[in-house]
Amino acid sequence: MSARPYTTAEVMTISAARLLKNGAVCFVGIGLPSTAANLARLTHAPDIVLIYESGPIGAKPPVLPLSIGDGNLAETADTVVSTPEIFRYWLQGGRVDVGFLGAAQIDRFANINTTVIGDYQKPSTRLPGAGGAPEIASCAHEVVLVLKQSARAFVEKLDFVTSVGHLDGGDARKRLGLPGKGPVAVVTDLCMMAPDPISKELTVMQLHPGVSREQVVKATGWQVRFAEHLEETPVPTVIELETLRELERRSKLAHGERTAAQA
Amino acid sequence: MAEITTLREAVAALVRDGDIVAMEGFTHLIPFAAGQEVIRQQRKQLTLVRMTPDVIYDQLIGAGCARKLVFSWGGNPGVGSLHRLRDAVERDWPVPLEIQEHGHGDLSNAYVAGAAKLPFAVIRAYAGSDLPKHNDKIKFVQCPFTGETLAAVPAINPDVTIIHAQKADRKGNVLLWGILGVQKEAVLAARRAMVTVEEIVDDLKAWPNACILPGWALSAVCCVPGGAFPSYAHGYYERDNRFYQAWDAVSRERDSFRTWIRSHILDTEDFVSFRRVLAESTAAGLPQ
Repeated sequence: MSARPYTTAEVMTISAARLLKNGAVCFVGIGLPSTAANLARLTHAPDIVLIYESGPIGAKPPVLPLSIGDGNLAETADTVVSTPEIFRYWLQGGRVDVGFLGAAQIDRFANINTTVIGDYQKPSTRLPGAGGAPEIASCAHEVVLVLKQSARAFVEKLDFVTSVGHLDGGDARKRLGLPGKGPVAVVTDLCMMAPDPISKELTVMQLHPGVSREQVVKATGWQVRFAEHLEETPVPTVIELETLRELERRSKLAHGERTAAQA
Repeated sequence: MAEITTLREAVAALVRDGDIVAMEGFTHLIPFAAGQEVIRQQRKQLTLVRMTPDVIYDQLIGAGCARKLVFSWGGNPGVGSLHRLRDAVERDWPVPLEIQEHGHGDLSNAYVAGAAKLPFAVIRAYAGSDLPKHNDKIKFVQCPFTGETLAAVPAINPDVTIIHAQKADRKGNVLLWGILGVQKEAVLAARRAMVTVEEIVDDLKAWPNACILPGWALSAVCCVPGGAFPSYAHGYYERDNRFYQAWDAVSRERDSFRTWIRSHILDTEDFVSFRRVLAESTAAGLPQ
């Protein structure tokens, strides 16, 4: 891997960005999802509509926001609405194509935990909590998850189900009356997984360049399944890599300059 | 009718021990100066409500002002954990902290219901989630028209809501813009509401449909320039990301937190002197 002219984190972000279609309305979480969504906007999907839960709709931030409510989201948005309106009219109203989320823990049916590690009452690690994820996981037409892969994160059983994926598999979402399709892809620094069409169990569809099956098995806390026709993720293009690096460089500079100016 | 007064007087008059207090602000316009005045006046046993508790709630919790937190996402945005919140939840320090945990969709709509003086809010979420198992305030109801099962949460009606805004006029009418979060709803849901503003002007020069909170719907308005620092006020100043990063080190250990809160909040007279002490400790290269 070390000989390759890109990092595993870059492949993860680029692979996630590729899943977003031009023109899609995308409800974006902060961090990795926001980076990938903005990369998509700056490459193949210039007309993508980015919605952040703080209220901006159609945000086109020149640099990556550090928080979910940065000023550059409001300044570049088509409109800024209140937080209840975002959730009531736009998300629950069925106007979001893709919910783009991260997580601390995930299981084989792409249910996610962002609440606690350990017991809820006396957790060993208290995580930030749900944010908008339960509603996004329910109502977005589709959900894409992006997170780094490790056996600690990809677990046999979640400590807490914060937001549902495919519950216990099969047609469980339909039976519970959840409006959206749920997770359609999980992108990690090792591979891309998608739910099996029938069982809904996550299946490895693509290995990133240079990644072995063994690496994925080792970094997954359940007996992970691989697609019959396992593919290799196409290598990042020069344009993808340059755009991502330039975006990150610009963001670092902007955030650094801003703080230095106030010293 | 809003009384235009000092921050010290407004907190003394409007925030009482044991109150349900909402200090709202979604990354933008966070009422830091007001929250720190609550610490300075050593209010206790508060139930703190906020969608996104961040550093100001970490300070209130670490200072022992809170007995309960109602929230939907608690973290230091762009940095990581809130160490004081975690210490309170994981190890009961400095006092045990009861938590009541929601998602953004339901908590924001609980304020809407509160502003409308309806008993509860209805949303489509939580089927299959563990949150309702640990929060008995999230229940399920059946739509009387379609039979659909929906989640319901009780309205939030704070005893007092505190927000920061850009401008007020001399009658106490308040104008805010940019990312508005749930501030308007939180103010209208509350029994008492106080607003700190960047400046008080003769004429708000607001456009129709601007977000204006009429002075007659507020209890107090206080002019506190920079009162959202280290968060930002759109059109006035940017977020001080460095403070949020420095907070991680300050808040990580109980001792460093105690020293900081003593020298920066409890031993300072007001927000102006807090800013001066902070500038001195930053220049001296001490942990802020």
